[in-house]
Amino acid sequence: MAAAKSRPAKNGDSKPVILELDKISKRFGPVIANEDVSLTLRRGDVVALLGENGAGKTTLMNVLFGHYVCEEGEVRVASENGKMVQLTPGSPQASIDAGIGMVHQHFTLAENLTGFENIILGVEPLFGLANKRREARKKIEDLMESSGLGVDLDIRVSSLTVGEKQRVEILKALFGDTRVLVLDEPTAVLTPQESEGLFETVAKLAAGGLAVIFISHKLHEVLAASHRIVVLRGGKFVGELITADSDKRRIAELMVGHEVPGSKRERIGAGDIVLKFNRANVDGIDDRRSLHDADFEVREKEIVGIAGVTGNGQAALAALISGLVEPDSGTVEFQGKTVTKFTPKIFMNSGIGRIPEDRHHDGVVGSMNVSENLAIENLDDDRFSNNGMLRFAGFRKYAENVIDAYDVRCSGPDAEARLLSGGNMQKLILARVLDTEPKLILANQPTRGLDVGALTEVHKRLLAARERGAGVVLISEDLDELFALADRVVVIHSGNLEDAGEIENLDRASVGLMMAGHSTEAQAS
Amino acid sequence: MEFLEIFLNENFWQAAIRIATPLIFGTLGALICERAGVLNLGIEGIFTAGAMSGWMAVWLGAGLAGGLLTAMIVGAILGLLHGILTVPLGLSQHVSGIGVTMLATSLAYFTYRTTLPDVTSPPRIEAFQPLDIPVLSDLPFLGPALFQHTFMTYLAFFLVFVVAWVLKSTPLGLAIRAVGDNPSSVDSQGMSVYALRIGAIMAGSSLMALGGAFLTMAAFDAFFFGMVNGRGWICIALTVFASWKPRKALLGALLFGAFEAYQVRLQTEVGSFVPGEVFLMAPYILSIVALIIVARSADYPRALLVPWFKGER
Repeated sequence: MAAAKSRPAKNGDSKPVILELDKISKRFGPVIANEDVSLTLRRGDVVALLGENGAGKTTLMNVLFGHYVCEEGEVRVASENGKMVQLTPGSPQASIDAGIGMVHQHFTLAENLTGFENIILGVEPLFGLANKRREARKKIEDLMESSGLGVDLDIRVSSLTVGEKQRVEILKALFGDTRVLVLDEPTAVLTPQESEGLFETVAKLAAGGLAVIFISHKLHEVLAASHRIVVLRGGKFVGELITADSDKRRIAELMVGHEVPGSKRERIGAGDIVLKFNRANVDGIDDRRSLHDADFEVREKEIVGIAGVTGNGQAALAALISGLVEPDSGTVEFQGKTVTKFTPKIFMNSGIGRIPEDRHHDGVVGSMNVSENLAIENLDDDRFSNNGMLRFAGFRKYAENVIDAYDVRCSGPDAEARLLSGGNMQKLILARVLDTEPKLILANQPTRGLDVGALTEVHKRLLAARERGAGVVLISEDLDELFALADRVVVIHSGNLEDAGEIENLDRASVGLMMAGHSTEAQAS
Repeated sequence: MEFLEIFLNENFWQAAIRIATPLIFGTLGALICERAGVLNLGIEGIFTAGAMSGWMAVWLGAGLAGGLLTAMIVGAILGLLHGILTVPLGLSQHVSGIGVTMLATSLAYFTYRTTLPDVTSPPRIEAFQPLDIPVLSDLPFLGPALFQHTFMTYLAFFLVFVVAWVLKSTPLGLAIRAVGDNPSSVDSQGMSVYALRIGAIMAGSSLMALGGAFLTMAAFDAFFFGMVNGRGWICIALTVFASWKPRKALLGALLFGAFEAYQVRLQTEVGSFVPGEVFLMAPYILSIVALIIVARSADYPRALLVPWFKGER
C-alpha cells in the first residue's frame, strides 16, 4: 500500500480521553441502527469506523453530532477541567461548541458562496455586521498552513474540484477550535493520489493532538491511515483492533462475518468486436461532460474497465453507449454496422443493456412496484403485453421468478421499488438487463454504495455474462473492482480516453496517475 | 419621428419610474424569498392585501406611516402562512403560493366590502405627495423626471441597495444565500433552516405588501378591485430576469416601467390605426423575450423549490 509510509505511529493509552460514546442504541421504528455501541477517543487518536453499508456507522456519527437523539446510552466529552460531561442530545450546536467537527459524506457546502464564506457561515452572530472577517481569514490561513490543506478561498465553491471542496469542508470543520474531527467516507470521491494526500493531512493533524474518526468500508485505507479500527456489523459493535496488529483478511471477516470469496477471473479469449468508436466526439458543456476524439472498442467475452474520477467524461461515454446522445463527429459501430440512429430504444432493442449510474433516479421508478419496474424496458414482450394491453399476471410471474433467482429481498412483486435497499434495487436492475441476454452491457458504477454481499453478487453476474459472450463496459472509480473484473483498462480523464492496456501489465499506482491526468508518456520521462 | 420624441418627454420618464416603483418592492421581496429557496407565488395576493390594508389603515386614521406599517404586518403574516406550509410542512410551493394569493385577495375584498358595504365610489385618502426637494426638483427635465416622486419611490430605490448590501456583506445575507443553495450547509453549522427560511419569506412578503400599498397610498388614493392586475406575476418574472440580484432587479423594473409608459404614449400617437391591445401586450412580450435571453444563463438558487426536512440526508 502506497500510503503506508504516512501511517502515524501507534498511540499509547496515556493521552487524555476527550470523547466517549457509551452504549449507544438508536432505533428507527423496528429497525435497529445502533445497539450498544461504545467508543473511546483520546487526543491524537485516529480511529477508523469500519462496516458494510447499513452497519450503522453514519447513524452513530449523526448521534454524536446531534442530528439524531439516541434512545439509550450517552455521549460524553471532556470539559475544560478534564472531567467528562454529557453532551446535550439532539443539538448540533452543542456538538459544535464541544469541539466536534464533521465532514459529511455528501458535502454540506453552499456552492454559490466562496470557500471563505462557507467556512465563516454561522460563525458570526447572525444579526451582526461582518466585522471580524480579517481575523477569521488569518485563522483559516494559519489552519491551511499547519494542516497543508491549500485551496483558493475566494472563488465560488461551484468551480472547485471535488478534492478542493473536501478541503474546504475539512477547514470548515476545523475552524471552530475542533478537538474531534469526523470524516464520513472521505475518499469516496477522491483519486488515489488525493486520498493519499488526505491521509497525510490526517496524520499531521493527529500529530498535532486532534482526534480523528473516519468512516470507511475500504479496507486498504483503513489499514493505511488509522491507529485503531472499530468494526460495526448490523448496528452492533463486533470488535476493536489495533491496526498495526491486523491484516486485511481478518478485518474483512469481522466486517462481513464470514469468509469473503475473492472474485475469481480466468482469462478467456475475447471474440469479435461488438462496439467500436471511431474518433467519436461529444461536445458537452465542459470537459467533464465531453468526449474528445474517442477511439474505443469492446469485444465479445471481454470486460473493459473505464477507470477515472467521477466527472471526467464518464457521463458522456455512458450516454453515447446507451444512445442518449449522438456523436457530434466520428462514428459508432455496433456489431460491425455503423449506427445512424441514436435513441435508447433502438440501442436497447439491438442488444445493449445498461446498468445506470444513479440507480434510484435512472434505474427504477421509485413509486412503481417491483414487477412493473422489471417489465418496464420490455413492455413489447409477449409475456408482458398482448395487443397493446398489459398483462399484469405476466408481470407478477416474471417478478416472482426474478425475486427467487436473484435473491431480491422485498415483500414481493408488489413492493414499491423505492423501499428496496441499494443492493436489492441493483439486483432488480441486473435481472432486467441480463435476462434479455444483451450483447453489450454498460455497467456504470454498478457497485457504488453496495455492501460486500451485494457487490459479490453483481461481480458474479457480470463475469457470467462475459462467459456467455457479452462484451461489458465497466465504468468504475473503484480500483479494487476494476482489478477484480476487467480484462483491459481504459482511463478517462477530462473527456479523453487513454488505453492503459491489459490488466496483467498494470498496477494501481500507474492507473491512479493516469486517472489524475498524467499520461503514460509523461510518466516515462 | 413622433415615437422617438416620447423619450425626450420628462413626463415619460416620471411615469416609467412611478410604474416601476411597486415592481421594485415586489421583485426585492420575491428575490429574498427565492434566495432562501422558497418561491412565493402568494405575491399577487399579498400585493392586494397590502394595498387594501395600507389604504384602510390610513382611512381609519392611522396616518401614512401607520398605513405602511399595517401593510407590512399583513404581508408578514401572509408570508408566515406560506412559510409554515412550505418549509416545515414541505408542501408544494406552487400550490401553497397560489392558495395564499387566492386567500389574500379574497380576504382583502371581503374586508373592504364588509367595512364599506354601501359605498359606490371608493373613498379617498390623503395619499403620499411628491416630495419637494430643494434645487433638484426645480432642475429642468431631470427635476420632473427624477426628483418629483413620493417618499415611497425613494424608499424603493434605497431598499435596493440595502437588500444588496445585506445579502452580499452581512452574516445574515450569507446565511440566506446558503440556505437557498444547500440547506445542509446551514444545518451543519448549527443554524435553523426553518427559522431562516420562514424569516426570509416574512421579510420578503412585507416588501411585497409595500408594493401593493404604493398603489393605494401613492399612485392612487383609493382601493379598487382588480387594481393589482398581475403586477405580482411580473415581479416573479423580473426575479429570474434579475438573476436574483437586487441591482439587476432595479434595472428590470425600470425597463418594464419604461415599456409600459412608452406603450401608453405610443397608443395616443399611432392608436388610430393599430389596435390598443397590441400595445397592452407589448411590455409582456418584451418581458418574455428578455427572459428568454437572460434566463438561459440564470444562476438559480440550487435549493429553490426543494423542501428540506431535518434529519433527512
